[in-house]
Amino acid sequence: MPKADRLRRLESPAEGLTLIEAESGERFSIGEAPQRVAPLSMTPAAPERVERERAVGKVVLLVLVLGYLGFVLLAPLGSLLLATWELGMAEVLKAVSEPLALDALATSGLLVLAAVGVNAVVGTFGAVALVRHRFFGRSFVNALCDLPLAVSPVMIGLAFILLVGRDGVMSPVLDAIGLKLVFTFWGMLLATLFVTLPYTVREVAYVLEEIGTDEEEAAITLGASPWQTFFRVTLPNVRVALGYGVLMAAARCLGEFGAVLVLGGSISGQTQTATTFIHDSIEERHLPAAYGMAVLLAVCSVVLLLSLEWMKQRQAAARHRSRSATEDEATP
Amino acid sequence: MKPPGHALHPGPSELWVRHIVLGYVVLLVAVPFTALLFFAFRDGFGTFWERITTPVALSAVWLTLWTGLLVGMINALLGTMTAWVLVRYPIPGKSLLSAAVDLPLAIPTLVAGVMLAILYGPTSLIGTKLSAFGVDIIFAQPGIVLALLLVTVPFVVRAVEPVLSEIDPAEEEAAITLGAGPWRTFRTVHFPAILPAALSGSLRSFGRAMGEFGSIVVVAGNIPEETLTAPVFIFGEIESGQAGGAAAVGALLLLIALALHASARLLENATGARHAQS
Repeated sequence: MPKADRLRRLESPAEGLTLIEAESGERFSIGEAPQRVAPLSMTPAAPERVERERAVGKVVLLVLVLGYLGFVLLAPLGSLLLATWELGMAEVLKAVSEPLALDALATSGLLVLAAVGVNAVVGTFGAVALVRHRFFGRSFVNALCDLPLAVSPVMIGLAFILLVGRDGVMSPVLDAIGLKLVFTFWGMLLATLFVTLPYTVREVAYVLEEIGTDEEEAAITLGASPWQTFFRVTLPNVRVALGYGVLMAAARCLGEFGAVLVLGGSISGQTQTATTFIHDSIEERHLPAAYGMAVLLAVCSVVLLLSLEWMKQRQAAARHRSRSATEDEATP
Repeated sequence: MKPPGHALHPGPSELWVRHIVLGYVVLLVAVPFTALLFFAFRDGFGTFWERITTPVALSAVWLTLWTGLLVGMINALLGTMTAWVLVRYPIPGKSLLSAAVDLPLAIPTLVAGVMLAILYGPTSLIGTKLSAFGVDIIFAQPGIVLALLLVTVPFVVRAVEPVLSEIDPAEEEAAITLGAGPWRTFRTVHFPAILPAALSGSLRSFGRAMGEFGSIVVVAGNIPEETLTAPVFIFGEIESGQAGGAAAVGALLLLIALALHASARLLENATGARHAQS
């Protein structure tokens, strides 16, 4: 019997008698359990009643949960697909292959590429520094890495406007070097890098904490340089987590709306991304373009999500393998 | 306690990499927020107070707070139920259900708004039926709640799920052996264990709901003092060049969001639960 916190079943000290030990240390045997814990007597009917109640509970919960998810999530998703189908595939395809739509997709694609590249590097080194090193301000930086998840995209846009906008704090500096960020691709890139910062750092940091330093210390002891240790030991260990974080960042970047709208301004053919394209198309009542692009983004995000699930399962399998391997070693 | 990796002393090149990366994080995250707070309080606290207490701003903040709180509570209840279903019942297609729960993290929120507008909009099948009874969903407050519910589905589920699956079955067995029914078993064995996780997930969904923009823009109609939420209000202020008003409400929301984030973080640290977005 594994140990439990509140009540613990002890080995039967005598034939046919089970002792239950409460947290307080108080012991009592089954059949004469004290009122406080179990007012119901163990009549033979009780397990049947429990089974029946469980079955009812299961049906009620399943209906509630599936109904709720259908109501808020699956029915809306289905209706988007249906509405797009009803508009006619030919027209939708034509609408999303117009030059402006392609421009918007290209802008989004560029942002995704940049976010993925920067975050892969920053995430890995940042996580190593935050987990493996000890320095002044570590917990502050750690908290900063979480912040983008907690604040609204609009506020991120606003903060950058106040910083680098026309009357912003840094505008004299930016004017002097002739760099314009607001309503340009670079402003959107800044916003995208901000919102996607947490994903890789957190994923890699989590795995680094899990695996500990045994392998790295072994490598150092065997004479590997810090960089050799990093590339031969640390990096292979966090590979899956890094991929996971990068995919999350890509999904977030592709779907980002508020921050890129504020900083990019959604100028057609220049700073319009896939999401702001949908927004503008709805405003213009150009439904085939709006729905078509929405379906395209939804499909992309579902593909990303499925690859995330696949990676999660692979990671779980790898962890299971390594755990059973250690257990095999432990048992002679 | 010896920190992990204490034995690994960073060499000079590693220190350089560390300084560059950490400098990047600080510049990217801390500086813009400082600018936001600086702008909000630059003209003194009186001006800040004046800006957040205009009728439109006040009603926007109030709408955002109560819808977020409502959504947090609904999620605490239904998210826990969903986690229970995912952990306890061997139903067919469970991995699909699990993926569906994660869907709102991947689907752009603007697209989520478009979906809801199609399904419940005034010209849709459901929308026309409901407006015959005088109930409007899209361009009204129910639409806001619905959109927030859609985008916050995963938070409580993903917080509660790992905690629930790690509860020792022996505890449950003991309770049943002692004659407790399923409901009582849940109340005494499972509920105390998952409460902190459910709370942190609920706070996370509250925080997320408070910042939601993409889906709200599409479904809410954004009528001042009726369906204008605080993030949309901020966006409008930026568009019309009122940086002061935007910064004041933005700073207020930022402080509330930070408080929510910190409390959720404390609960997560206490229980070892993880935030749904990772």
